Amino acid sequence: MRLRGKAWKFGDNISTDLICPGRYFHLRSNLPELAKHVLEDADPEFAQKMSQGDLVVGGRNFGCGSSREHAPTIMKIAGVSAVLAKSFARIFYRNGINVGLPLLECDTSKIDEGDELEVDPASGKVLNVTKRIELASRPLPQAMINILNDGGLVAHITKHGDFYVNGP
Amino acid sequence: MGKTIAEKVIGEHAGREVSAGDLVIARVDIAAVQDGTGPLAVDQIEKLGFRTLKNPSNAVLFIDHAAPSPRRELSNAHMKLREFASRTGAVLSEVGEGIIHQRLVESWVSPGDLLIGADSHSCTSGALGAFATGMGSTDVAIGMALGKTWLRVPQTFQIQVNGRLPVGVYSKDLILYLIGLLRADGATYKALEFVGETITGFSLDSRLVLSNMAVEAGAKTGLCEADEKTESFLRERGRGDRFRRIKSDPGATFERIVEIDASHIQPMVAVPHTVDNVRTVSEAAGKKIDQAFIGTCTNGRLEDLRIAAKILEGKHRHPHTRLIICPASRDVSLAASREGFLDVLVEAGGAVMAPGCGACVGVHEGILGDGEVCLSTANRNFKGRMGNPEGFVYLSSPATAAYSAIKGEIADPREVLG
Repeated sequence: MRLRGKAWKFGDNISTDLICPGRYFHLRSNLPELAKHVLEDADPEFAQKMSQGDLVVGGRNFGCGSSREHAPTIMKIAGVSAVLAKSFARIFYRNGINVGLPLLECDTSKIDEGDELEVDPASGKVLNVTKRIELASRPLPQAMINILNDGGLVAHITKHGDFYVNGP
Repeated sequence: MGKTIAEKVIGEHAGREVSAGDLVIARVDIAAVQDGTGPLAVDQIEKLGFRTLKNPSNAVLFIDHAAPSPRRELSNAHMKLREFASRTGAVLSEVGEGIIHQRLVESWVSPGDLLIGADSHSCTSGALGAFATGMGSTDVAIGMALGKTWLRVPQTFQIQVNGRLPVGVYSKDLILYLIGLLRADGATYKALEFVGETITGFSLDSRLVLSNMAVEAGAKTGLCEADEKTESFLRERGRGDRFRRIKSDPGATFERIVEIDASHIQPMVAVPHTVDNVRTVSEAAGKKIDQAFIGTCTNGRLEDLRIAAKILEGKHRHPHTRLIICPASRDVSLAASREGFLDVLVEAGGAVMAPGCGACVGVHEGILGDGEVCLSTANRNFKGRMGNPEGFVYLSSPATAAYSAIKGEIADPREVLG
């Protein structure tokens, strides 16, 4: 799986409140509608500006705060192909993989807004096509690669009938 | 080799000895969701085709985030949870029963349990010596259906707190100080373990504050040792037989040890828009507040309402400052009523809400106006948290919030308690 798209840059501590604001709590039963507000409190125009396949690029502690799985889910529905950050908050990291949204930890200071990126989540390869540099990323744990390769946790359990995270 | 509390509890649930870093499949004792995350969990269980739950009496759905419902969409979401509970035998905690984390420690959690909750503050139950952690809706849905989950066994930071907190300084001030020290991501993927004479001296109400906010430093859970006070807490709630003593072994491996002298802690305030952005109350003093909010899974317990009532007795909120009170559960509300605290708070100009999450999550009951400032006893002050990205949320102890409500600005509660 090779993903290619444009980088949208965000700062440190992008909380799930910024990604999926609490004031749209009532839209959690209508995910396509909720997705129109993705990242609204970090960048009010983000949903209108981004294109399918673009990547969200954050700093430290991306996805901190609430456990709302709706946050990575609406990023995926909106068309975000992957998230790169210096580090991720734990629950968001797990949720992202569970909903099939690739997340990679790498030095995002070498990415500027608008850079063209190419990412291979399985190998962890991140290429900044614009700057012609390859960025080292921390590989996902094998358990998470297994879930991601199956298409997320629901698909993983449907396929194996149980957790099969340690592989064959 | 000595084991940490986290290694012991996860090992017991994985059926083998484990060490930090191991990836295990573990048995789940309690799986919980709330009305913000539960409907998605129900959808996932349906998508997976599970018709029964592994242990329905320990699968609990809490209606607390929007309780009572302020909108039709949320009323319908509540209906979905009620229908699921009656179909599967899962337990439903209704409007007015209280907040998931408070209800869990009152009625479900015992030392040594493994709990997963679709709410990031599920780490709260760690105060009873349980391994309790937050996950997303899908993880918890599968935990309910299969009775198990996968976990990486975390390394532990042991937080050793000794000495006596000064008058007017509380466990909330201690945890805000610690988060300022560790920073918002300083304990990501780790377990925090709170030990030392200060913690031993704390009531369960005070310990729950520490465990509740462990996630604000990124931690997976926040553990306290299960001791005599834990036993009394369980006994008072008819669950004394569920007590067992639990603590880390001598020689257990800690990734980091943080020593804190409690006698040096001052009242603390987290200022917008991150929890690790902490100041002493003297540095934050004088900031005008439009609203004071005393409640939440962090500080909406009896001890919190007692101190708020003590400060507000015979006083009145500042004319420019609204005062919102929200007990964490029905049990807390009843006890506060019996002890006369609610009367005092209402006489002081407080608006008392039904037990639940109230204004904390920005759904209802105290959404801020543009540019307004709230001093809250909650655990988060993120931008937009209280329903408006143009609002400003400051965090403090109930004592600081109560005294500031009288003054109309952030003020040092030691002025009246000292």
